[in-house]
Amino acid sequence: MSELAVGDVVAERTVQLERESLVRYAGASGDFNPIHYRDDVAARVGLPGVLAHGMLTMGLSVETIVPWLGDSGRILEYGVRFTRPVVVDASTGAEVTVVAKVGAVEDGAARIDLTVTCADTTVLGKAQVRVRLP
Amino acid sequence: MNPDLVGRAFAPTAPYLVGREKVREFARAVFATDPQHTDPDVARALGYADVVAPPTFAMVVQDRTLQQLLAEPDSGIALERTIHAEQRFRYTRPIVAGDELTAQLSITGVRAVGKGAMVTSEAEITDASGAHVVTATSVLLIGGDE
Repeated sequence: MSELAVGDVVAERTVQLERESLVRYAGASGDFNPIHYRDDVAARVGLPGVLAHGMLTMGLSVETIVPWLGDSGRILEYGVRFTRPVVVDASTGAEVTVVAKVGAVEDGAARIDLTVTCADTTVLGKAQVRVRLP
Repeated sequence: MNPDLVGRAFAPTAPYLVGREKVREFARAVFATDPQHTDPDVARALGYADVVAPPTFAMVVQDRTLQQLLAEPDSGIALERTIHAEQRFRYTRPIVAGDELTAQLSITGVRAVGKGAMVTSEAEITDASGAHVVTATSVLLIGGDE
C-alpha cells in the first residue's frame, strides 16, 4: 500500500439493488421516507420512480474499499455530493458500480476517488475518501 | 428558512448506545462484506473492543440532530421540500459496538438559493468520556414556499 500510484484502481464492485434492499436500509437506518419504497408517493412528488436512499449509495460505495484497507479506522474523512438519483425498478432493480482509484498521495495519507455509476450515469459527485497509510 | 439558526445553541442528544446486532444489521444493509463489522474476534484482532460500525453508521446518530432541527418551531424547514445535497464525515476513530454516543448540533451556514436556502448542519459526535469520535456534516437544500 506504500507504493500507491495516482490512478491505481484499489477496489471495484457492482452491487445489485432490489426494492428489498431499500426496505432493509430503511429499517437499519431509521430513514422511512416513503419515496424509497412507495411508487405512488414517488410519482406524486414528481420523481422518476422509487429511489435508493442517498445514504445507502454512499454507504455501499465506501464499503467497497474496506477489505482493501483492512481496517476501516484508517478512514479519516469521507464526503460525497448527491448529484443523480438511483431509480430502483420494482422488478429489475438497479445495478450500482463502484470503482475506487487513487486520486492523490501525500504525507502518510491518500485520497481515494470513488466513481459510482448506475445505468451509465454518475450518481455521486466528488466522492472522496481520505485514508491514513500504514 | 430562518437565518437566525446559525449560532443557536441546541441541547446535546440523549446518549445512543451502539449495539452489536445493530452494527451487524447496518453492515448487511450497506452490503459490507468485511468481517470487522460482524465478527468480534476479527475486530479485536484489529485492536477494537467489539465489532466496528461501517463509516456511514454515524448518520444514524446524526439523524437525531436533524430531527431536532426539523422540530424547531421557527426553522422554516419542511421535510417534503428538503433535498440532501451533500454529506461528509470527519473521523477521529470509528464507531464501535458498546459506544455511548452523544451528538451536538450546530448550524454553520445558511445561504439563500433562489426562493430557498442551502443549510449546512453539523453534528459533533462524542463518546461517553466526551472524546471526539466523528463530525457529520449535511448540506440540505431547502425549497422555498410556493
